[in-house]
Amino acid sequence: MNDTAQIFEQGEYNFAYLDEQTKRMIRRAILKGIAIPGYQVPFASREMPMPYGWGTGGVQVTAAILGKDDCLKMIDQGSDDTTNAVSLRGFFEKTAGVRTTFETSEASVIQTRHRIPEKTLREDQIIVFQVPIPEPLRFLEPRETETRKMHALEDYGLMHVKLYEDIAKNGHIATTYAYPVKVNDRYVMDPSPTPKFDNPKIDQMAALQLYGAGREKRIYAIPPYTKVKSLDFEDYPFEVQKFDKPCGLCGAENVYLDEVILDDKGGRMFVCSDSDYCEERRADGHLGPMAADPAAHQFGATQAEETAR
Amino acid sequence: MSAAQQTAAAPLAAGFQDPVHDAQGCFRAIMNAMARPGTRQEISAGNLKPPAPLTQVAAAIALTLFDYDTPIWLDKPLMTSDAVKTFLRFHTGCPIVTEPVDAAFALVSAPVSMIPLASFNQGSAEYPDRSTTVILTGQDFSSHPAVTFSGPGIKDTVSFGSGPIPPVFWDQVIANNRQFPRGIDLVFAGQDALAALPRSTRILKAEV
Repeated sequence: MNDTAQIFEQGEYNFAYLDEQTKRMIRRAILKGIAIPGYQVPFASREMPMPYGWGTGGVQVTAAILGKDDCLKMIDQGSDDTTNAVSLRGFFEKTAGVRTTFETSEASVIQTRHRIPEKTLREDQIIVFQVPIPEPLRFLEPRETETRKMHALEDYGLMHVKLYEDIAKNGHIATTYAYPVKVNDRYVMDPSPTPKFDNPKIDQMAALQLYGAGREKRIYAIPPYTKVKSLDFEDYPFEVQKFDKPCGLCGAENVYLDEVILDDKGGRMFVCSDSDYCEERRADGHLGPMAADPAAHQFGATQAEETAR
Repeated sequence: MSAAQQTAAAPLAAGFQDPVHDAQGCFRAIMNAMARPGTRQEISAGNLKPPAPLTQVAAAIALTLFDYDTPIWLDKPLMTSDAVKTFLRFHTGCPIVTEPVDAAFALVSAPVSMIPLASFNQGSAEYPDRSTTVILTGQDFSSHPAVTFSGPGIKDTVSFGSGPIPPVFWDQVIANNRQFPRGIDLVFAGQDALAALPRSTRILKAEV
Protein backbone atom coordinates (compact mmCIF):
# COMPACT_ATOMS: atom_id res chain seq x y z
CA MET A 1 0.00 0.00 0.00
CA ASN A 2 3.02 2.27 0.15
CA ASP A 3 3.38 2.37 -3.59
CA THR A 4 2.33 5.95 -4.19
CA ALA A 5 1.81 5.73 -7.94
CA GLN A 6 -0.47 2.76 -7.53
CA ILE A 7 -2.68 4.56 -5.07
CA PHE A 8 -2.75 7.58 -7.34
CA GLU A 9 -3.89 5.55 -10.32
CA GLN A 10 -6.57 3.79 -8.33
CA GLY A 11 -8.23 7.17 -8.33
CA GLU A 12 -9.08 7.11 -4.66
CA TYR A 13 -8.60 10.85 -4.33
CA ASN A 14 -9.24 13.79 -6.56
CA PHE A 15 -5.97 15.28 -7.88
CA ALA A 16 -4.13 16.79 -4.89
CA TYR A 17 -6.70 15.41 -2.41
CA LEU A 18 -9.10 18.38 -2.22
CA ASP A 19 -12.39 18.36 -4.12
CA GLU A 20 -12.88 20.95 -6.85
CA GLN A 21 -15.33 23.13 -4.94
CA THR A 22 -12.87 23.45 -2.05
CA LYS A 23 -10.10 24.33 -4.49
CA ARG A 24 -12.27 27.04 -6.08
CA MET A 25 -13.02 28.52 -2.65
CA ILE A 26 -9.31 28.54 -1.73
CA ARG A 27 -8.37 29.93 -5.14
CA ARG A 28 -10.78 32.85 -4.73
CA ALA A 29 -9.27 33.57 -1.30
CA ILE A 30 -5.76 33.48 -2.79
CA LEU A 31 -6.76 36.03 -5.45
CA LYS A 32 -8.15 38.37 -2.79
CA GLY A 33 -5.02 37.87 -0.71
CA ILE A 34 -2.82 38.86 -3.65
CA ALA A 35 -5.00 41.90 -4.39
CA ILE A 36 -4.73 43.10 -0.75
CA PRO A 37 -1.10 42.31 0.20
CA GLY A 38 -0.75 41.39 3.86
CA TYR A 39 -4.51 41.24 4.59
CA GLN A 40 -5.69 37.95 6.11
CA VAL A 41 -8.53 36.57 3.99
CA PRO A 42 -10.90 34.27 5.92
CA PHE A 43 -11.49 30.95 4.16
CA ALA A 44 -13.46 27.78 4.88
CA SER A 45 -10.48 25.66 5.93
CA ARG A 46 -11.16 21.95 5.61
CA GLU A 47 -10.23 19.15 7.92
CA MET A 48 -7.12 17.53 6.46
CA PRO A 49 -5.78 14.02 7.03
CA MET A 50 -3.12 15.38 9.38
CA PRO A 51 -3.32 17.17 12.70
CA TYR A 52 -3.46 20.94 13.04
CA GLY A 53 0.05 22.25 13.43
CA TRP A 54 1.40 19.97 10.74
CA GLY A 55 0.81 22.47 7.99
CA THR A 56 -2.86 22.01 7.13
CA GLY A 57 -3.05 25.60 5.86
CA GLY A 58 0.01 25.35 3.67
CA VAL A 59 -1.15 21.97 2.38
CA GLN A 60 -4.53 23.38 1.33
CA VAL A 61 -2.92 26.33 -0.46
CA THR A 62 -0.44 24.03 -2.21
CA ALA A 63 -3.22 21.61 -3.20
CA ALA A 64 -5.23 24.48 -4.71
CA ILE A 65 -2.42 25.84 -6.87
CA LEU A 66 -0.59 22.61 -7.75
CA GLY A 67 -0.69 21.34 -11.35
CA LYS A 68 0.48 18.04 -12.76
CA ASP A 69 3.56 19.67 -14.35
CA ASP A 70 4.72 21.30 -11.13
CA CYS A 71 7.80 20.22 -9.26
CA LEU A 72 7.34 20.39 -5.50
CA LYS A 73 9.90 20.98 -2.77
CA MET A 74 8.92 20.56 0.88
CA ILE A 75 11.03 21.98 3.66
CA ASP A 76 10.72 21.87 7.42
CA GLN A 77 13.01 24.26 9.33
CA GLY A 78 15.20 24.45 6.24
CA SER A 79 15.58 20.72 5.91
CA ASP A 80 14.11 18.45 3.26
CA ASP A 81 14.39 15.26 5.28
CA THR A 82 12.79 15.93 8.64
CA THR A 83 9.48 14.36 9.66
CA ASN A 84 7.10 17.10 8.59
CA ALA A 85 8.73 17.59 5.19
CA VAL A 86 8.92 13.86 4.49
CA SER A 87 5.30 13.18 5.36
CA LEU A 88 3.88 16.17 3.48
CA ARG A 89 6.02 15.38 0.43
CA GLY A 90 4.71 11.83 0.59
CA PHE A 91 1.15 13.17 0.85
CA PHE A 92 1.43 15.02 -2.45
CA GLU A 93 3.33 12.20 -4.14
CA LYS A 94 0.43 9.96 -3.19
CA THR A 95 -2.51 12.21 -3.96
CA ALA A 96 -1.19 14.28 -6.90
CA GLY A 97 1.61 12.15 -8.33
CA VAL A 98 3.70 15.28 -8.95
CA ARG A 99 7.47 15.36 -9.30
CA THR A 100 9.25 16.31 -6.07
CA THR A 101 12.74 17.58 -5.50
CA PHE A 102 15.23 18.62 -2.82
CA GLU A 103 16.81 21.23 -5.07
CA THR A 104 15.59 24.78 -4.59
CA SER A 105 16.35 25.80 -8.18
CA GLU A 106 14.43 22.87 -9.65
CA ALA A 107 11.18 23.44 -7.75
CA SER A 108 8.26 25.45 -9.14
CA VAL A 109 6.31 25.30 -5.88
CA ILE A 110 8.07 25.30 -2.50
CA GLN A 111 6.08 24.65 0.65
CA THR A 112 7.98 25.65 3.73
CA ARG A 113 7.71 25.43 7.45
CA HIS A 114 9.54 28.35 9.02
CA ARG A 115 12.47 28.94 6.66
CA ILE A 116 13.11 30.58 3.30
CA PRO A 117 15.79 28.87 1.18
CA GLU A 118 19.21 30.57 1.14
CA LYS A 119 19.24 30.54 -2.66
CA THR A 120 17.44 33.55 -4.16
CA LEU A 121 14.03 32.55 -5.51
CA ARG A 122 13.04 33.29 -9.10
CA GLU A 123 9.97 34.90 -10.67
CA ASP A 124 8.61 31.55 -11.86
CA GLN A 125 8.61 30.06 -8.38
CA ILE A 126 5.90 30.17 -5.70
CA ILE A 127 6.65 29.78 -2.00
CA VAL A 128 3.88 28.58 0.33
CA PHE A 129 4.27 29.15 4.08
CA GLN A 130 2.67 27.09 6.83
CA VAL A 131 1.35 29.51 9.42
CA PRO A 132 0.27 28.61 12.98
CA ILE A 133 -1.05 32.01 14.19
CA PRO A 134 -1.60 34.44 11.31
CA GLU A 135 -2.67 37.39 13.43
CA PRO A 136 0.40 39.43 14.52
CA LEU A 137 -1.70 41.30 17.11
CA ARG A 138 -3.26 38.17 18.65
CA PHE A 139 -0.98 37.97 21.71
CA LEU A 140 -1.55 41.67 22.34
CA GLU A 141 -5.32 41.65 21.78
CA PRO A 142 -7.14 38.31 21.97
CA ARG A 143 -10.47 39.50 20.51
CA GLU A 144 -10.85 38.99 16.76
CA THR A 145 -13.40 41.83 16.53
CA GLU A 146 -10.81 44.20 17.99
CA THR A 147 -7.81 43.09 15.92
CA ARG A 148 -9.96 43.32 12.79
CA LYS A 149 -10.85 46.90 13.69
CA MET A 150 -7.21 47.68 14.41
CA HIS A 151 -6.24 46.46 10.93
CA ALA A 152 -9.11 48.42 9.39
CA LEU A 153 -8.01 51.63 11.12
CA GLU A 154 -4.31 50.89 10.59
CA ASP A 155 -3.93 51.19 14.35
CA TYR A 156 -0.63 49.46 15.01
CA GLY A 157 0.58 51.44 18.00
CA LEU A 158 0.25 48.40 20.25
CA MET A 159 2.79 46.48 18.19
CA HIS A 160 5.32 49.28 18.56
CA VAL A 161 4.68 49.32 22.30
CA LYS A 162 5.48 45.62 22.39
CA LEU A 163 8.76 46.16 20.55
CA TYR A 164 9.52 49.12 22.83
CA GLU A 165 8.94 46.94 25.90
CA ASP A 166 11.45 44.49 24.43
CA ILE A 167 14.01 47.28 24.36
CA ALA A 168 13.11 48.49 27.85
CA LYS A 169 13.53 44.98 29.30
CA ASN A 170 16.40 43.60 27.24
CA GLY A 171 18.16 46.59 25.75
CA HIS A 172 17.37 45.43 22.23
CA ILE A 173 14.39 44.06 20.27
CA ALA A 174 14.31 40.50 21.58
CA THR A 175 11.81 39.17 19.02
CA THR A 176 13.81 36.69 16.95
CA TYR A 177 11.16 34.87 14.95
CA ALA A 178 7.67 35.75 13.64
CA TYR A 179 9.06 39.28 13.53
CA PRO A 180 6.22 41.62 12.47
CA VAL A 181 6.47 43.33 9.10
CA LYS A 182 4.49 46.06 7.35
CA VAL A 183 3.47 45.11 3.82
CA ASN A 184 3.17 47.75 1.11
CA ASP A 185 3.01 50.49 3.81
CA ARG A 186 -0.40 49.27 4.95
CA TYR A 187 -0.97 45.96 6.74
CA VAL A 188 1.11 44.63 9.61
CA MET A 189 1.66 40.95 8.95
CA ASP A 190 3.16 37.94 10.66
CA PRO A 191 5.68 36.33 8.29
CA SER A 192 5.02 32.98 10.08
CA PRO A 193 7.59 31.79 12.64
CA THR A 194 10.54 32.15 10.28
CA PRO A 195 13.67 33.46 12.03
CA LYS A 196 13.96 37.21 11.54
CA PHE A 197 17.13 36.33 9.60
CA ASP A 198 14.78 35.61 6.67
CA ASN A 199 12.82 38.87 6.88
CA PRO A 200 15.06 40.77 4.41
CA LYS A 201 14.38 38.02 1.84
CA ILE A 202 10.63 38.71 1.96
CA ASP A 203 11.19 42.30 0.86
CA GLN A 204 11.06 42.72 -2.95
CA MET A 205 11.17 38.93 -3.43
CA ALA A 206 10.87 37.89 -7.08
CA ALA A 207 8.65 34.91 -6.22
CA LEU A 208 5.01 35.02 -5.18
CA GLN A 209 4.53 34.30 -1.46
CA LEU A 210 1.37 32.60 -0.20
CA TYR A 211 0.62 32.02 3.49
CA GLY A 212 -1.90 29.47 4.72
CA ALA A 213 -3.17 29.00 8.29
CA GLY A 214 -5.45 25.94 8.50
CA ARG A 215 -6.63 25.99 12.11
CA GLU A 216 -7.08 29.77 12.12
CA LYS A 217 -8.69 29.67 8.64
CA ARG A 218 -6.77 32.50 7.04
CA ILE A 219 -4.90 32.93 3.75
CA TYR A 220 -2.68 35.88 2.94
CA ALA A 221 -0.15 36.73 0.28
CA ILE A 222 2.67 39.00 -0.79
CA PRO A 223 2.93 39.59 -4.55
CA PRO A 224 6.40 39.66 -6.14
CA TYR A 225 8.42 42.87 -5.79
CA THR A 226 6.41 44.19 -2.86
CA LYS A 227 7.84 46.44 -0.20
CA VAL A 228 7.96 44.59 3.11
CA LYS A 229 9.44 46.46 6.04
CA SER A 230 10.36 44.90 9.36
CA LEU A 231 9.03 47.14 12.15
CA ASP A 232 11.70 48.99 14.10
CA PHE A 233 12.67 52.35 15.57
CA GLU A 234 15.02 55.00 14.20
CA ASP A 235 17.44 54.53 17.10
CA TYR A 236 16.93 50.74 17.23
CA PRO A 237 16.97 49.71 13.58
CA PHE A 238 16.00 46.19 12.53
CA GLU A 239 18.91 43.75 12.59
CA VAL A 240 19.24 40.10 11.68
CA GLN A 241 21.07 37.44 13.67
CA LYS A 242 24.81 37.20 13.03
CA PHE A 243 26.86 34.05 13.48
CA ASP A 244 30.50 34.31 14.48
CA LYS A 245 31.43 31.01 12.85
CA PRO A 246 30.79 29.66 9.36
CA CYS A 247 28.88 26.43 8.72
CA GLY A 248 30.87 23.50 10.13
CA LEU A 249 30.29 21.32 7.09
CA CYS A 250 30.39 23.63 4.07
CA GLY A 251 32.01 26.79 5.46
CA ALA A 252 29.17 29.04 4.29
CA GLU A 253 28.95 32.48 5.89
CA ASN A 254 25.95 34.78 6.15
CA VAL A 255 23.54 31.85 6.27
CA TYR A 256 21.23 30.71 9.06
CA LEU A 257 22.85 28.00 11.20
CA ASP A 258 21.42 25.20 13.36
CA GLU A 259 23.22 23.81 16.39
CA VAL A 260 23.86 20.08 16.27
CA ILE A 261 24.85 18.26 19.47
CA LEU A 262 27.47 15.64 18.63
CA ASP A 263 28.06 13.81 21.93
CA ASP A 264 27.41 14.03 25.65
CA LYS A 265 30.74 15.76 26.33
CA GLY A 266 29.75 19.18 25.05
CA GLY A 267 30.71 18.53 21.45
CA ARG A 268 28.68 20.59 19.05
CA MET A 269 28.71 21.92 15.57
CA PHE A 270 26.86 24.66 13.73
CA VAL A 271 25.59 23.72 10.29
CA CYS A 272 23.42 25.32 7.59
CA SER A 273 19.75 25.08 8.40
CA ASP A 274 19.08 24.90 4.64
CA SER A 275 20.23 21.31 4.03
CA ASP A 276 20.00 21.51 0.23
CA TYR A 277 22.17 24.63 0.15
CA CYS A 278 24.77 22.95 2.39
CA GLU A 279 24.90 19.80 0.29
CA GLU A 280 25.24 21.71 -2.93
CA ARG A 281 28.17 23.68 -1.52
CA ARG A 282 29.88 20.51 -0.32
CA ALA A 283 29.34 18.92 -3.74
CA ASP A 284 31.08 21.96 -5.21
CA GLY A 285 34.09 21.28 -2.99
CA HIS A 286 33.49 23.82 -0.20
CA LEU A 287 34.61 22.41 3.13
CA GLY A 288 33.98 23.80 6.57
CA PRO A 289 36.27 23.58 9.61
CA MET A 290 34.55 20.44 10.95
CA ALA A 291 34.06 18.62 7.66
CA ALA A 292 36.88 16.19 8.49
CA ASP A 293 35.48 15.38 11.95
CA PRO A 294 34.23 11.76 12.14
CA ALA A 295 30.98 12.85 13.77
CA ALA A 296 30.44 15.44 11.08
CA HIS A 297 31.19 12.86 8.44
CA GLN A 298 28.50 10.62 9.84
CA PHE A 299 26.02 13.47 9.93
CA GLY A 300 26.80 14.61 6.40
CA ALA A 301 26.83 11.09 5.00
CA THR A 302 23.36 10.34 6.37
CA GLN A 303 22.01 13.40 4.62
CA ALA A 304 23.70 12.58 1.33
CA GLU A 305 22.37 9.04 1.52
CA GLU A 306 18.83 10.22 2.01
CA THR A 307 19.18 12.66 -0.86
CA ALA A 308 20.26 9.84 -3.12
CA ARG A 309 17.26 7.83 -2.07
CA MET B 1 -41.43 32.58 -23.50
CA SER B 2 -41.35 30.57 -26.72
CA ALA B 3 -37.99 32.12 -27.63
CA ALA B 4 -36.59 31.10 -24.28
CA GLN B 5 -37.85 27.57 -24.75
CA GLN B 6 -36.19 27.37 -28.15
CA THR B 7 -32.86 28.52 -26.72
CA ALA B 8 -33.07 26.08 -23.87
CA ALA B 9 -33.77 23.31 -26.35
CA ALA B 10 -30.52 24.05 -28.21
CA PRO B 11 -27.71 21.68 -27.16
CA LEU B 12 -25.88 22.97 -24.12
CA ALA B 13 -22.24 23.90 -24.78
CA ALA B 14 -19.73 21.66 -23.02
CA GLY B 15 -17.59 22.76 -20.09
CA PHE B 16 -13.90 21.95 -19.56
CA GLN B 17 -12.80 18.69 -21.17
CA ASP B 18 -10.63 17.98 -18.15
CA PRO B 19 -12.33 19.86 -15.30
CA VAL B 20 -9.50 19.35 -12.80
CA HIS B 21 -6.44 20.29 -14.84
CA ASP B 22 -8.07 22.80 -17.18
CA ALA B 23 -9.40 24.73 -14.19
CA GLN B 24 -6.00 24.52 -12.50
CA GLY B 25 -4.22 25.86 -15.60
CA CYS B 26 -6.72 28.68 -15.94
CA PHE B 27 -6.45 29.54 -12.25
CA ARG B 28 -2.65 29.74 -12.44
CA ALA B 29 -3.01 32.19 -15.35
CA ILE B 30 -5.44 34.33 -13.33
CA MET B 31 -3.24 34.11 -10.21
CA ASN B 32 -0.11 35.10 -12.14
CA ALA B 33 -2.02 37.95 -13.77
CA MET B 34 -3.22 39.19 -10.37
CA ALA B 35 0.27 38.82 -8.87
CA ARG B 36 1.86 40.70 -11.78
CA PRO B 37 -0.58 43.47 -12.71
CA GLY B 38 -0.56 44.52 -16.34
CA THR B 39 1.21 41.44 -17.69
CA ARG B 40 -0.52 39.24 -20.27
CA GLN B 41 -0.99 35.62 -19.29
CA GLU B 42 -1.66 33.11 -22.05
CA ILE B 43 -4.63 30.87 -21.49
CA SER B 44 -5.83 27.96 -23.59
CA ALA B 45 -9.61 27.95 -23.75
CA GLY B 46 -9.81 26.84 -27.40
CA ASN B 47 -12.01 23.84 -26.67
CA LEU B 48 -14.76 25.88 -25.08
CA LYS B 49 -17.61 26.97 -27.32
CA PRO B 50 -19.73 29.11 -25.01
CA PRO B 51 -22.87 30.85 -26.30
CA ALA B 52 -22.30 34.43 -27.51
CA PRO B 53 -21.79 37.07 -26.18
CA LEU B 54 -19.81 35.02 -23.61
CA THR B 55 -16.25 34.69 -24.92
CA GLN B 56 -13.99 31.65 -24.59
CA VAL B 57 -11.63 33.20 -22.06
CA ALA B 58 -14.52 34.63 -20.04
CA ALA B 59 -16.16 31.19 -20.01
CA ALA B 60 -12.90 29.62 -18.82
CA ILE B 61 -12.65 32.15 -15.97
CA ALA B 62 -16.28 31.47 -15.06
CA LEU B 63 -15.77 27.70 -14.98
CA THR B 64 -12.63 28.17 -12.88
CA LEU B 65 -13.92 30.56 -10.23
CA PHE B 66 -17.73 30.50 -10.11
CA ASP B 67 -19.88 28.15 -8.05
CA TYR B 68 -22.89 28.18 -5.74
CA ASP B 69 -21.02 30.44 -3.30
CA THR B 70 -20.52 33.28 -5.78
CA PRO B 71 -23.42 35.53 -6.81
CA ILE B 72 -22.81 36.72 -10.38
CA TRP B 73 -23.89 39.97 -11.97
CA LEU B 74 -24.20 40.09 -15.77
CA ASP B 75 -24.35 43.19 -17.94
CA LYS B 76 -27.32 43.70 -20.26
CA PRO B 77 -26.18 41.76 -23.38
CA LEU B 78 -25.31 38.74 -21.20
CA MET B 79 -28.35 39.06 -18.95
CA THR B 80 -30.72 39.05 -21.93
CA SER B 81 -29.18 35.86 -23.32
CA ASP B 82 -30.90 32.80 -21.91
CA ALA B 83 -28.24 30.57 -23.44
CA VAL B 84 -25.53 32.34 -21.41
CA LYS B 85 -27.51 32.11 -18.18
CA THR B 86 -28.27 28.44 -18.80
CA PHE B 87 -24.59 27.76 -19.56
CA LEU B 88 -23.42 29.46 -16.36
CA ARG B 89 -26.15 27.94 -14.17
CA PHE B 90 -25.63 24.42 -15.48
CA HIS B 91 -21.84 24.32 -15.33
CA THR B 92 -21.20 26.40 -12.20
CA GLY B 93 -24.48 26.51 -10.27
CA CYS B 94 -23.91 30.20 -9.58
CA PRO B 95 -26.83 32.40 -8.52
CA ILE B 96 -27.37 35.28 -10.95
CA VAL B 97 -28.21 38.54 -9.22
CA THR B 98 -29.63 41.79 -10.54
CA GLU B 99 -28.00 44.20 -8.08
CA PRO B 100 -24.29 44.80 -8.83
CA VAL B 101 -23.60 45.42 -5.14
CA ASP B 102 -24.62 41.82 -4.30
CA ALA B 103 -22.18 40.23 -6.73
CA ALA B 104 -18.92 38.45 -5.99
CA PHE B 105 -18.08 38.54 -9.69
CA ALA B 106 -19.41 40.71 -12.50
CA LEU B 107 -19.16 39.78 -16.18
CA VAL B 108 -19.15 42.71 -18.58
CA SER B 109 -19.41 41.91 -22.29
CA ALA B 110 -19.97 45.48 -23.51
CA PRO B 111 -17.48 47.51 -21.46
CA VAL B 112 -18.04 50.75 -23.41
CA SER B 113 -21.52 51.12 -21.97
CA MET B 114 -20.72 49.60 -18.57
CA ILE B 115 -22.06 50.99 -15.30
CA PRO B 116 -19.64 52.94 -13.07
CA LEU B 117 -17.17 50.82 -11.10
CA ALA B 118 -18.44 52.46 -7.90
CA SER B 119 -21.77 50.63 -8.35
CA PHE B 120 -20.15 47.33 -7.42
CA ASN B 121 -19.48 46.08 -3.91
CA GLN B 122 -16.37 47.86 -2.63
CA GLY B 123 -15.91 45.71 0.47
CA SER B 124 -15.77 47.16 3.96
CA ALA B 125 -12.83 48.47 5.97
CA GLU B 126 -12.99 45.35 8.16
CA TYR B 127 -13.60 42.94 5.29
CA PRO B 128 -12.09 44.46 2.13
CA ASP B 129 -12.10 40.95 0.58
CA ARG B 130 -15.88 41.04 0.18
CA SER B 131 -15.74 43.31 -2.86
CA THR B 132 -16.74 42.44 -6.43
CA THR B 133 -14.23 41.24 -9.01
CA VAL B 134 -15.18 42.75 -12.35
CA ILE B 135 -14.32 40.79 -15.51
CA LEU B 136 -14.23 42.75 -18.76
CA THR B 137 -14.54 40.42 -21.76
CA GLY B 138 -13.57 40.80 -25.41
CA GLN B 139 -10.51 42.90 -24.59
CA ASP B 140 -7.73 43.65 -27.07
CA PHE B 141 -4.31 44.32 -25.56
CA SER B 142 -2.72 45.58 -28.78
CA SER B 143 -4.15 49.05 -28.38
CA HIS B 144 -1.89 51.95 -27.48
CA PRO B 145 -0.70 51.78 -23.85
CA ALA B 146 -2.82 54.30 -22.03
CA VAL B 147 -1.52 53.98 -18.49
CA THR B 148 1.54 53.07 -16.45
CA PHE B 149 1.26 50.80 -13.43
CA SER B 150 3.47 50.59 -10.37
CA GLY B 151 3.09 48.96 -6.97
CA PRO B 152 3.01 45.41 -5.57
CA GLY B 153 3.78 42.76 -8.18
CA ILE B 154 5.59 45.20 -10.48
CA LYS B 155 9.37 45.50 -10.44
CA ASP B 156 9.60 49.09 -11.67
CA THR B 157 6.71 50.15 -13.86
CA VAL B 158 4.70 48.49 -16.62
CA SER B 159 2.72 50.12 -19.43
CA PHE B 160 -0.70 48.75 -20.10
CA GLY B 161 -3.37 49.33 -22.66
CA SER B 162 -6.62 47.52 -23.24
CA GLY B 163 -9.84 48.15 -25.07
CA PRO B 164 -12.66 48.63 -25.61
CA ILE B 165 -13.22 50.58 -22.40
CA PRO B 166 -15.39 53.62 -21.61
CA PRO B 167 -13.69 57.04 -21.91
CA VAL B 168 -13.73 57.77 -18.18
CA PHE B 169 -12.60 54.27 -17.29
CA TRP B 170 -9.07 55.04 -16.05
CA ASP B 171 -10.30 57.93 -13.90
CA GLN B 172 -12.75 55.51 -12.30
CA VAL B 173 -10.00 52.94 -11.73
CA ILE B 174 -7.70 55.57 -10.21
CA ALA B 175 -10.49 56.62 -7.83
CA ASN B 176 -11.16 52.95 -7.05
CA ASN B 177 -7.53 52.13 -6.28
CA ARG B 178 -7.17 55.23 -4.14
CA GLN B 179 -9.55 53.74 -1.56
CA PHE B 180 -7.21 50.76 -0.95
CA PRO B 181 -7.68 48.39 0.84
CA ARG B 182 -11.32 48.74 -0.23
CA GLY B 183 -12.21 48.62 -3.90
CA ILE B 184 -12.86 46.22 -6.75
CA ASP B 185 -10.34 44.12 -8.67
CA LEU B 186 -10.40 43.96 -12.47
CA VAL B 187 -9.73 41.11 -14.86
CA PHE B 188 -9.29 41.82 -18.57
CA ALA B 189 -10.23 38.78 -20.68
CA GLY B 190 -8.82 38.88 -24.21
CA GLN B 191 -8.80 36.48 -27.15
CA ASP B 192 -6.29 33.96 -25.85
CA ALA B 193 -4.83 35.82 -22.89
CA LEU B 194 -5.88 37.70 -19.81
CA ALA B 195 -4.55 40.45 -17.58
CA ALA B 196 -5.56 41.73 -14.18
CA LEU B 197 -5.50 44.92 -12.19
CA PRO B 198 -5.87 44.57 -8.42
CA ARG B 199 -6.80 47.50 -6.21
CA SER B 200 -3.24 47.71 -4.86
CA THR B 201 -1.78 49.05 -8.13
CA ARG B 202 -0.93 52.74 -8.54
CA ILE B 203 -1.95 54.07 -11.95
CA LEU B 204 -0.41 56.91 -13.89
CA LYS B 205 -2.22 58.12 -16.99
CA ALA B 206 -0.04 58.83 -20.02
CA GLU B 207 0.39 62.51 -20.88
CA VAL B 208 -2.05 63.56 -23.56
